[in-house]
Amino acid sequence: MRKATFPYLIWIFIFTIVPLFLVLYFAFTTGDSQNFSTFQFSLENFKRFLDPVYINVLIRSIRLAFVSTILCLIVGFPIAYIISREKPNRQNLMILMFVIPMWMNFLLRTYAWLTLLGRNGFVNNLLTRMGFQALDLMYNDKAVLLGMVYNFLPFMVLPIYSVLTKIDKNLLEAAEDLGANRATTFRKVILPLSLPGVVTGTTMVFIPAMSTFVISSLLGGNKSNLIGNLIERQFRWTGDWHFGSSMSIILMVFILLTMAITNKFDKEKEGRGGGLW
Amino acid sequence: MVSRWLKRFYVFLIFLFLYAPIMVLIVYSFNDSRIRGTWSGFTLRWYIELFRDPTILKALYNTILVAVLAAIISTIIGTLAAIGIHNMPGLSKRIILNLNYIPVLNPDIVTAVSLMVLYRFLKLDFGFTTMLLSHITFCIPYVVLSVLPKLRQLNVHLAEAAMDLGATPFYAFRKVIIPEIMPGIITGGLMAFTLSIDDFVISFFTTGNGVSNLSIEIFSMSKRGINPTINALSTIMFLSILILLLIINKRTEKLDERGARIEKN
Repeated sequence: MRKATFPYLIWIFIFTIVPLFLVLYFAFTTGDSQNFSTFQFSLENFKRFLDPVYINVLIRSIRLAFVSTILCLIVGFPIAYIISREKPNRQNLMILMFVIPMWMNFLLRTYAWLTLLGRNGFVNNLLTRMGFQALDLMYNDKAVLLGMVYNFLPFMVLPIYSVLTKIDKNLLEAAEDLGANRATTFRKVILPLSLPGVVTGTTMVFIPAMSTFVISSLLGGNKSNLIGNLIERQFRWTGDWHFGSSMSIILMVFILLTMAITNKFDKEKEGRGGGLW
Repeated sequence: MVSRWLKRFYVFLIFLFLYAPIMVLIVYSFNDSRIRGTWSGFTLRWYIELFRDPTILKALYNTILVAVLAAIISTIIGTLAAIGIHNMPGLSKRIILNLNYIPVLNPDIVTAVSLMVLYRFLKLDFGFTTMLLSHITFCIPYVVLSVLPKLRQLNVHLAEAAMDLGATPFYAFRKVIIPEIMPGIITGGLMAFTLSIDDFVISFFTTGNGVSNLSIEIFSMSKRGINPTINALSTIMFLSILILLLIINKRTEKLDERGARIEKN
């Protein structure tokens, strides 16, 4: 029976492990990207990244990913809480309604915001018809944040919801019996118990927000640069795969760090529904 | 009372936020005007143009072919892998499960560029084959993750009983184990299919030589200026995904009921 895993083990080796080591190899070498025999060991790519231009892009990516994660949490926690207190049938319906948009092509969904908020978009048309000035709502950082929150909100809501529904109702009654009012129960019982869900949600929003290049290039205009855009440009246009690989490694390190930090908050990983592992 | 209305209003706002862009796309797919934001009458023109556009049709063909092939191949490899993993001792099980999580947790763009580097290293021509290999790679983990829980529910003595009654191990596998875990296999396959249909980032980096899929077409169109046919296309895609999702949902509901019944017995 164990031999059945064999094809997959070969697959993992060729298509997951080897590629990651190749990226690592590219990151620490320079030379003609097209010709492996010209490669030489070097830290040049990482030194180059220390240039303020690139460091600023990294900081900007972290900032936007951080802000969008916080926004998702602020917007998402209440809705997860509200859904978890509905009747079971309604809960299922509302969760399904959260999932349905996720399965539509996300480029199209993101692009649709241009129709709503663009120069000649729906909102601006309404404004000009009412006699106001048209606003520049698109192609700035706020638009990128909007796109991130829009795309990743379900990743925050679903894990928090799944943890909230598993909270033992007896605990809430016990808190009430012992004289806690609703606010105290929420603060002292529900909030701490929902932490594993919050941790999972945070990771699941932060990772794609940190590494996206699509949202920034659709909604952020040409000036908008995130680390994802830099990597895309190196691989698709400039052709400096070594520099692109080193940035991928930096991105991975940052994401592993955030996962390590957020997991610290999650002491009760085992057995709780919120954990990814 | 006030707080209840506040709650209702909040829920309404969130769903408005989630669905407004989709509604806008659907409504404007019937708009006679080329310009976004101006409504000049109902038309089915964009739907007709959509089916006359060779680039979009070719992209649609690629998208579906890759999704079908990736779903079938990843379901076979993933199911076999899950069966093997299930029967492994603790440590190797944990190692393989963690390896299985790498494509799930790694940012898409990192998976994409690492595969791109691999294909260059192997001197493969970028195109349909490389795109398909990449899709299989990111689909298998999800198949493994949806088949494993079914294996845990499986009664271990069933296969033994079959073999006691004279079945060869392969016959027992085919006639006993596979039918028992079929629901998980189908869910995994459907999941692989939808993931593949929806993918942009990994396809974008691992294709080449003019081979593209719908997401890539949409991305390049969004740079050139959007053609309203894309609204029509998005409406069709939304409805098809919706139907597919309802089927999956029905299945899992049925499975949950069955699972609950099994646990009770």
